[in-house]
Amino acid sequence: MSGKERKKTVVLGVLGVDAHVVGNKIMAHALESEGFKVANIGIFSSQEDFIRAAIETAADALLVASLCGHGELECRGFREKCIEAGLENIHMVVGGNLVVGKQDWREVEARFLKMGFNRVYPPGIPPKRVIEDLKKDLNCSSESGARSSE
Amino acid sequence: MSLALLIDFGSTFTKILVVDLALEEIVAYAQSCTTVETDIMIGVRRALDLLPSRIKNSPYECKLASSSAAGGLRMVTIGLIPELSAEAGRRAALGAGAKVIKVYSFQLSARERKELEGLAPDILLLAGGTDGGNTEVILKNARQLSQSRIHCPIVVAGNKVAAEEVISILSLAGKTTLIADNVMPEVNVLNVEPARAMIRKVFIERIIEAKGLKKAEDFVEEILMPTPTAVLRAAQLLSQGTASERGLGDLVVIDIGGATTDVHSIGMGSPLQAGVVRKGLPEPLAKRTVEGDLGIRYNARSILKLCGQERIRENARFFHSDLSQKLENLSQSVGFLPESEEDQDLDFALATCAAQAAMERHAGTIETLWGPQGQFYLQYGKDLTGVEHLIGTGGIFIHHPQAGAILQKTLFSPGEPFSLRPRNPALYMDARYCLFAVGLLADRFPDQALRVAKKYLKKWN
Repeated sequence: MSGKERKKTVVLGVLGVDAHVVGNKIMAHALESEGFKVANIGIFSSQEDFIRAAIETAADALLVASLCGHGELECRGFREKCIEAGLENIHMVVGGNLVVGKQDWREVEARFLKMGFNRVYPPGIPPKRVIEDLKKDLNCSSESGARSSE
Repeated sequence: MSLALLIDFGSTFTKILVVDLALEEIVAYAQSCTTVETDIMIGVRRALDLLPSRIKNSPYECKLASSSAAGGLRMVTIGLIPELSAEAGRRAALGAGAKVIKVYSFQLSARERKELEGLAPDILLLAGGTDGGNTEVILKNARQLSQSRIHCPIVVAGNKVAAEEVISILSLAGKTTLIADNVMPEVNVLNVEPARAMIRKVFIERIIEAKGLKKAEDFVEEILMPTPTAVLRAAQLLSQGTASERGLGDLVVIDIGGATTDVHSIGMGSPLQAGVVRKGLPEPLAKRTVEGDLGIRYNARSILKLCGQERIRENARFFHSDLSQKLENLSQSVGFLPESEEDQDLDFALATCAAQAAMERHAGTIETLWGPQGQFYLQYGKDLTGVEHLIGTGGIFIHHPQAGAILQKTLFSPGEPFSLRPRNPALYMDARYCLFAVGLLADRFPDQALRVAKKYLKKWN
């Protein structure tokens, strides 16, 4: 690729029967302004939609949002499908309103980590934190990571 | 008089239409069997002989042609993910007027390579990867192709980052390669026009000669495009109009042929009802689908297989005993023109079944989903319910006086609310078979072509 490192590419979307589009747009904007290449597959996306987009774009990470409270159901088997599709090493991030009711966050996080996600976020996290973690996790080359490596 | 001679080399018939460009009138029509196996010009001369002598011997302002003879433009497309770049490639080929005989996705296996060699397409389209995305698969596929016995031109329209390497792999192996912009530069962004234009260029520069149509090209000025492209071009002109003449707006054309049934729709097809979310690859403004199993001659038997005797009889007035034998005969005698009322009726029933199925496959659909927030509607494909004009073309619309009723039977039905077919459009029949000619004239004489189309499309009821 002519010696230049390519932009880090992420697939962003809202998983399952979930119409929450506002956070999705904000997150896409935040990621793009930090130099990431974003394939935003939007709301009502299935696990398969994420995987297809990830293969086609050779994505570095999947950013999965789930806000309807059914996250645990919707996320089940996602890592396994990625492995089947040849994406065994893809970085997987999940966040939103993953569960309903008053549950201990550490337990919730542990459940999603066990499912194969690399990062799990509770509700109310600013995009900035997700992006900072993402840069660290994807070994972006400098502070402004994804952009300066272009 | 300023005459244009317009020829369509069809798979079965060679049709000639003469248009007076000054008066904007169709002045003559003639047809004869296509003779591509021996000498394409024999059929042309026979058809020309049927024209009135004063017209036959006049000078022509232009002579243009379209062709679907010798099997049409047969294409194979290769992409990465079936629903993404492979689908984008398929749509580019369809929009370029091709018959897509096979779509491959992911890495070509050795077995698929062998199969591909056997298919011997006229053009191969190689896509895969968004721009900056996956390069591995398109490069591996290029290497597979470089080792294959494929000799046809290869249009490369995938990830731009890999394109140069793909071209060099193929060129080193002696393959004819051409490059076009990526058909899917980003996920869910469709960019089929550059690939369509490249396919058309290859068609004009190479395929005509390879198909034994060169002699015909010496007679006309140019064989401009495959026939379906001419019809799609006409549909576009009729929908969008020109700078000085208004178009009709969104419309659908159903082209019922002997071997295939094509549907063309011009319009965005965005959701018309509140609360409907669009999913899947975006639709091209000018969309063409081809049903290779629906045709009222070559594929008469496959209509029977698909729809069953009951459905065919429902659409007929006569009982038609020995239906299966009759359809067998039809599929053998592809040049057959019905004379008796009963034969006409059978054609009508077959055409209705073909048109219904083709429209159903072309139109978008709604899927309902239930979630914690209630019910949601997702739309795949185009919503055609608001389309205001529906046009029928093909032999049956010339020969059968009641053919407009076929169109009526393809419309939206309350019993199938999730099939987004046109609800209440004005219906027209291309009773003079002028659409291909309008498409051929569209670039050079757009205003005249548009007015000829408006004048000769016959309104039904």
